[in-house]
Amino acid sequence: MTDKTMTPDEVVGRLRSGMTLGIGGWGSRRKPMALVRALLRSEITDLTVISYGGPDVGLLAAAGRIRRLVAPFATLDSVPLEPHFRAARERAAFTFTELDEAMFMWGLHAAANRLPFLPVRAGLGSDVMRVNPELRTVTSPYDDAEEFVAVPALRMDAALVHLNRADRLGNGQYLGPDPYFDDLFCEAADTAYVSCEQLVETAELSKAGPPQSLLVSRHCVTGVVETPNGAHFTSCAPDYGRDEAFQKLYATTPWPEFAARFLSGAGEHDYQSAVRTWHEEQQ
Amino acid sequence: MTTATTTRAEYCVIACAEAWRGDGEVLASPMGLIPSFGARLAKRTFSPDLLLTDGEAMLVGLDGTAEGWLPYRRHLAMVTGGKRHVMMGASQIDRFGNQNISCIGEWERPARQLLGVRGAPVNTLNNPVSYWVPKHSTRVFVARVDMVSGVGHDRAVAAGPSATRYHRLPRVVSDLGVFDFAGPGHTMRLASVHPGVTVEQVRAATGFELAAADEVPYTREPTAQELRLIREVIDAEGLRDREVRG
Repeated sequence: MTDKTMTPDEVVGRLRSGMTLGIGGWGSRRKPMALVRALLRSEITDLTVISYGGPDVGLLAAAGRIRRLVAPFATLDSVPLEPHFRAARERAAFTFTELDEAMFMWGLHAAANRLPFLPVRAGLGSDVMRVNPELRTVTSPYDDAEEFVAVPALRMDAALVHLNRADRLGNGQYLGPDPYFDDLFCEAADTAYVSCEQLVETAELSKAGPPQSLLVSRHCVTGVVETPNGAHFTSCAPDYGRDEAFQKLYATTPWPEFAARFLSGAGEHDYQSAVRTWHEEQQ
Repeated sequence: MTTATTTRAEYCVIACAEAWRGDGEVLASPMGLIPSFGARLAKRTFSPDLLLTDGEAMLVGLDGTAEGWLPYRRHLAMVTGGKRHVMMGASQIDRFGNQNISCIGEWERPARQLLGVRGAPVNTLNNPVSYWVPKHSTRVFVARVDMVSGVGHDRAVAAGPSATRYHRLPRVVSDLGVFDFAGPGHTMRLASVHPGVTVEQVRAATGFELAAADEVPYTREPTAQELRLIREVIDAEGLRDREVRG
């Protein structure tokens, strides 16, 4: 069977400017940060990014890589407002498709199920309808004749997600309390790339967790990357929690200074060692 | 312990707790510190069947014992199933209960980008939504919100029967008082002021015409047991005073 392992840079080598990219996780939780950092090392830009936004959105926005953002929010959780998302919005740096959290979820379901839309009781009456004039409603064909918003499928060229474990074939496992929507992102995308804390033999997966922890199946995965600490500084329970001290640094340091110190290296290894050095300095 | 010593923050906890009275077996989703204390107080006293989360993906009892699994996908399904009463924050709210947490200024290029609409649109059309405002002012209680995130009464009616079917805004609690939408045409009405606050004070801090009865009652006093629970069990560290002073 196909060994799908690759490096973060090989993943990015398969992406192109102008693509629609889905990013898994939620807020500042289990974000595929190593893959986002690899994107930042590339020249890829002009992206449509689909995300329950966290620092993935912040980093890409700060670096000017986003043409259009599709999101219901961007937050760092313990820091409510994502500073770079905020700054980018306040200079109108990208087009924004602002959706409600549930509309977003049903958009993922529609894409994963190859449907053009799904109906939701959400959005009606809110300014989500005003700022997204392309949204249409649909009337129930049954006796109730209720009107709903027809959320369009959030189909994407590529999805990036980060999980706790994976095998070389692309089977991915989460060991934390919340799967977020990572399986849907992979199913909604033409290609999906799974980074993981640890690459293991297939037989190890069912020893590490119950059957339902096997969230992502290989039939919808294109590439697998082992990136220890690859969700840093977001949380990746139970492997590690959020690096709150570093997240605070990220949120309070001017972008050029942060990028120069932590993101100017040749690879993920350089980032991780820059972070280690910073932590040592704090002691 | 006498009620004379009850602080403003404690009246706020009581007023938030009251939002969940009679709700039965539904998820109490408090956003913010004082609503969280209110939800826990309600569960410990008059609404023992409420469900709570740990803020991550588990349903937990008062002692933290996990009793269920509620990852975001199931949480969003719980919203549309209606078995939830959320108390959200509001950066802006108008007299019909339209709420904004998205951004301030023109949406196309906001003066201040805030959180985004988050789940406010789906919440307001599907399960009861109350609001908590820790600092009542004309900046929050405005004539018109900049980006309708949570849907108010006028906008729900204009959107039609599928928007009004499960639309319910039980109450708004601020550091000054408690509000409902029993004013003319489902507009905001001052239901009670917290002891120490005057009706004039509330009106001056509100950017729209506020309905009120001729005699506005005071927010109810906590019982001795409730005060003890707040002070010794639910918020022994006194964090409530950081959110509301006085």
